[in-house]
Amino acid sequence: MTTKVMQLPEEEYMLPGTRACSGCGLSLAYRHILKALGEKTILTIPACCLTVLHGLYPSTSVRLTNINTAFATTAASATGIAAGLKALGKTDYTVVGIAGDGGTFDIGIQALSAAAERNTDFLYICYDNEGYMNTGTQRSSATPMGAFTTTTPGTKFEHKKDILAIMEAHGIPYMASASPAYPLDLYDKVVKAKNIQGTRFMHINIPCPPGWGYPTDDLVKLGKLAVDTAMWVLLEIENGVLRLTGRSRSMARSGKKKPVSQYLQLQGRFKHITPEQIDYLQDWTDKRWQRFLQRHELSGTA
Amino acid sequence: MSKVQIINGNETAAMGAKLCRVQVIAAYPITPQSKIPETLIKYVESGELEAEFIRVESEHSALTVCISASTVGARVFTATAANGLAYMHEQLHWAAGARLPIVMALANRGLGAPWTIFNDMQDSISQRDTGWMQVYCRDNQEIMDSIIMAYKICEQLHVPMMVCFDGFVLSHTVMPVEIPDQKQVDAFLPPYVPHLQVDGPDPININPVMLADPRANAQGVSCPSYMGFRMRLQETLESAGDVILNVGREFGEVFGRSYECLLWEYRTEGADTILLTMGSLANEASLAVDALREKGWKAGAVALRIFRPFPAATLRQALSDAKHVVIFDKNISYGNEGATCTETKAALFEGGLRPTITNYIVGLGGKSVAAADLEAATIKSVEQKGQVRTPQWIGVAV
Repeated sequence: MTTKVMQLPEEEYMLPGTRACSGCGLSLAYRHILKALGEKTILTIPACCLTVLHGLYPSTSVRLTNINTAFATTAASATGIAAGLKALGKTDYTVVGIAGDGGTFDIGIQALSAAAERNTDFLYICYDNEGYMNTGTQRSSATPMGAFTTTTPGTKFEHKKDILAIMEAHGIPYMASASPAYPLDLYDKVVKAKNIQGTRFMHINIPCPPGWGYPTDDLVKLGKLAVDTAMWVLLEIENGVLRLTGRSRSMARSGKKKPVSQYLQLQGRFKHITPEQIDYLQDWTDKRWQRFLQRHELSGTA
Repeated sequence: MSKVQIINGNETAAMGAKLCRVQVIAAYPITPQSKIPETLIKYVESGELEAEFIRVESEHSALTVCISASTVGARVFTATAANGLAYMHEQLHWAAGARLPIVMALANRGLGAPWTIFNDMQDSISQRDTGWMQVYCRDNQEIMDSIIMAYKICEQLHVPMMVCFDGFVLSHTVMPVEIPDQKQVDAFLPPYVPHLQVDGPDPININPVMLADPRANAQGVSCPSYMGFRMRLQETLESAGDVILNVGREFGEVFGRSYECLLWEYRTEGADTILLTMGSLANEASLAVDALREKGWKAGAVALRIFRPFPAATLRQALSDAKHVVIFDKNISYGNEGATCTETKAALFEGGLRPTITNYIVGLGGKSVAAADLEAATIKSVEQKGQVRTPQWIGVAV
């Protein structure tokens, strides 16, 4: 059952006047994430774009309690919040750790892996803008092959790390990937994740105008193209069963998928990508998509 | 009713934490501290202690769990040593900056490389600038008592504290320890009340980005700058000595062992030669003083109990009649000298005191230090009128 636009809660937890860049995918995603989480939520956030979005002391643009934490520590901080609340008998809170790709794929993966192994009762959301955008566009292990960053001034040679496979290997009860270009799909997944016990992991595609090099009004267009080309796939993995959702599910039905070049050519970061690299990316995307399709068909929800 | 048990330093630390009814414990194994979390998990599993025990994957996460659990209002405890403490370094700053009353047991151990599992104080001394208070214990009873007092001190000041004791020398040595009565501890140590309410009516953004200048809030009230917050931490530590003394006196009234002191003095009356140490080395220093006194020397010993905040005025007072101060450090600030030596010199400078000062680096990586070593070093220093090149190393055959 998909929530309709008019059914979204009117309550706004992210107020106007944030310090996020214009055209930021995170702003759009975060607004819907917070609507889904609601009041009884305690957030914990490492040093990242979201720290900036939350604002400078003594004012904040977010109407939920947030505990800022050091870069590597999101999942450990969430563990501490959950343990502290449990010890105090305050069990009606959703504990949510939200970090970027650097804080998740790179510096925070040790604490995240440990929290997932313990099946800590919290929701971890990775907003993935595919690089260290807050520090000025450096490469992370989530940066796709062929992308320019300030630390891959030519191009990046390695594919993006498969964080979903890594997290799935922990056997956690719920995982999902989503996009702000499909906010209702995103909203529904957060609501679902909120009501599951144990470690839940969400991976959200975050187009980033300064980091990716696109006009700020192309945010939704770019988010949709990422899904249409299967560079980003909307899915859920629940107790080991993978199913495609929303637009990705319709693509599975129709068998239609756009070439990755359509997505790449809109972004300045891929300006110097070579034809060979485009082929590699297409091949990587096709194989990954096929794996998801096969699992989706096995799920019985195709 | 209190009772006496013959236990090692690690078991003492765990029992102290249990008596304080800690609510969240997170610790990672490292020699020589591992027995502390092992003992605590037994208390938790048996139901003797109602607490959440988090089996973290690193010391960095151990302290992070404590930080966030303390932020939401739980009384927390952790324990570590050596490289584990070094790995916590980032979060040590965070805990103090966030003004959280976290108590940590630290079984002092030397740092790699090269590896050693044995005792010195390089680990905790390397963290002296993180904003944590540091207390050093001479024996297991002091470990027990210091942990109980630590919560009371920390929760008044909103500053964390390390309870430091020598690895193996105390952590693995059994000795009689009087175990305080639970009811008396409960009366001495009221439940923890956090300084922020995360579940209050107004949401808060805790430890956000701050600027160098004060900014006004929505009501137009000017709020402190980053530097303003740092100054408040310093001011709190400057006033912490009084709180430590008060809590130490109160502890004595309830439990019969007074800690109304920032340092320990032994036979210092009329002494012109003072041996200065920290931790369990104070015991050897006392024996050395006895031997020197028998030889007709006017010798006494001072042991720093509190290293942070540094008890400069008290130390100046204790050394005011000394002609010779011999300082033994189980640590070194490489390229300079032992940390207690530097700090002592600075404290004396303010009072215009100019005794001869000789610094000895001792006991690194578990190298044993006997009372006779301290005695011989003292004689050498005084006979050469402090003209000995310092720091000197004792026990290193080159």
